[in-house]
Amino acid sequence: MEKKLTYALFTGCTAKESTPEQLMSTYAVAEKLGIELVELSEATCCGASHLQDYDDFLSLVLNARNICYAESRGMTMVTICNTCQLNTAMTKHRLDNDPELKARVNEKLAEVGLEYKGTSEITHFLYAIIDDFGLETLKEKVVTPLSQFNIAPFYGCHNIRPSELQNETHGKAENPYNPNSLDDLIVTLGGVNVDYEEKNKCCGFHAELQAPKTAALLTGKALMGAMDANADWMVTPCPLCHLKLDTQYEHAGHAVGRDVKMPVLHMQQMVGLALGCTPSELGLKHHVSKVNFV
Amino acid sequence: MTTITTQTITFNVFRFNAETDYLPHYKTIEMEVTSEEVVLDILNRIKWDVDGSFSYRRSCRHGICGACAIKVNGKGVLACKERMNDLIELFGTELTLEPLSIKRAVKDMIIDKEDFWKKHEQVKPYLIDEIDEHPESENLVTPKEEAQLLEADYCIQCGLCHYSCPSLENNESYIGPAAFAAAYRFNADVRDKATLDRLDIVNAPDQGVWDCVKCFECQEVCPKEVNPIEKITKLHNQVFENGVAINNVATRHAVGFAHSIKKHGLLDEAELVRYSEGTVPMLMKHGKVGFKMFKVGKVVMPWNMPKSDKLDEVKALIKSSSTVKF
Ligand code: SF4
Ligand code: SF4
Ligand code: FES
Repeated sequence: MEKKLTYALFTGCTAKESTPEQLMSTYAVAEKLGIELVELSEATCCGASHLQDYDDFLSLVLNARNICYAESRGMTMVTICNTCQLNTAMTKHRLDNDPELKARVNEKLAEVGLEYKGTSEITHFLYAIIDDFGLETLKEKVVTPLSQFNIAPFYGCHNIRPSELQNETHGKAENPYNPNSLDDLIVTLGGVNVDYEEKNKCCGFHAELQAPKTAALLTGKALMGAMDANADWMVTPCPLCHLKLDTQYEHAGHAVGRDVKMPVLHMQQMVGLALGCTPSELGLKHHVSKVNFV
Repeated sequence: MTTITTQTITFNVFRFNAETDYLPHYKTIEMEVTSEEVVLDILNRIKWDVDGSFSYRRSCRHGICGACAIKVNGKGVLACKERMNDLIELFGTELTLEPLSIKRAVKDMIIDKEDFWKKHEQVKPYLIDEIDEHPESENLVTPKEEAQLLEADYCIQCGLCHYSCPSLENNESYIGPAAFAAAYRFNADVRDKATLDRLDIVNAPDQGVWDCVKCFECQEVCPKEVNPIEKITKLHNQVFENGVAINNVATRHAVGFAHSIKKHGLLDEAELVRYSEGTVPMLMKHGKVGFKMFKVGKVVMPWNMPKSDKLDEVKALIKSSSTVKF
């Protein structure tokens, strides 16, 4: 009998706040695939690449603490946000490669009775589906092929760059200059993957408040690229990219001088649709850019 | 013994001469490429065998001068280092050769790098100190002190990161990854005395480190593993450590994370925006989008804010592990 896949789920903050549909659809898909997710209820925010600008050491300690709780459950940590993935994987990478730093962090963790050992792997739910569950097995589970849709994959920076971290966290690293995981997933689910220049580019999320013009241009160009490639909708594994593309189309449209609104689905929602989950299980009503095809 | 193989590759080559052309065009050239070749071999063969007017830069042929940097299918490469086989494996048999920046093209692969050098100059990329003109002994730096440069001094000024940076592409004031790496290199030098001056420059809104969108393109593309975004993070840290952080939306955005985590474990997203922007600007800038998000259930009310388990533990760690104040 196949071994049941079990992961310690690091939800991150966004799935618990501004993208509730991402958490719902993660659980819906996991259930369909027989994947067990144990939520890391003790986990804190990863700092989203900003806390480390303010206090790098504190960011390391907090991320190491999160990993400790996956370790204590003896599980691989699975993330559902590209930025959580990056910050956690980067912490692991730095601690595993710098004994002195690891000792300094562990000195702090010891104060609350924890120790970072480095025994848990870290992966993103996208790669758990592709690498661990397997696309072949997934294909057998498809009940509603997405054949009538042109789907634009939007990878999001922090899953594909820096590639040295991917080598560590999930075996089959994709090339940031020509990534293929989401494309393969779309094809497996019976959809048509569209190619466009911006698919591996930045959505601008992390500079939204500090550099709104730059951020809006990036968002606008990404939406425009997908529209010009004739996409019916976009799909992303990152809730932050989702938020930027789903909610900021108006500013983005002004920046690029065009109306650039289109549905942006979470990777889990796309998988769920093909597996026969209902729109309400997938939270499809929680989108600002309406998902109007279901 | 390795066997040399050949493949037919279709190259779309960017052609443009600023002196005579109004618009650039792409020329299609088919070539047999051997598994031994690097991109520079192809550029040479285009010039020698196809069209003598084809122009590009190269000098050292050893990956140390940075002159030969171009883009192949959008990927920034040092032509003399990049193996054709790797590119074919990555992109297939149709390859587009372009200069690093199309809008700065002068002739074919040659670009005007003036903006790059200006940005470089802007950060004072030299050692600043009162120098004794007739020293009696060498001014030695220990290996440990040298290690603090984090290999920022390996930069060969090729411009690959600069012309791959989306922040710079969309905002010409942005100083950019290579110049930031240079700023860090001198700030990290124990002999230098101009850290605060450089921090003033890299801390300024619109041009400084706060405009980095954190895409990691610069780390990915750098052929010398300078890792510019790591240096950008270090500059952010130096701004706080040296107490020169300006109280503005960018710095409050970073600090806001610490506040939220202390209170909830998780990030209070709405409160972060309020804390960073201030209540009135927040409503003016984000009110409309916020309302749309609220309508579809994308906003958590303060009284429903989720919290991490074992919050006391988080608070204790923040208290004992914090290294800076704002
Ligand atoms: S990480 Fe920052 S500096 Fe580096 S390429 Fe991206 S925006 Fe530019
Ligand atoms: S940091 Fe790297 S990519 Fe950027 S100019 Fe220097 S060597 Fe080139
Ligand atoms: S010719 Fe000098 S780096 Fe390529």
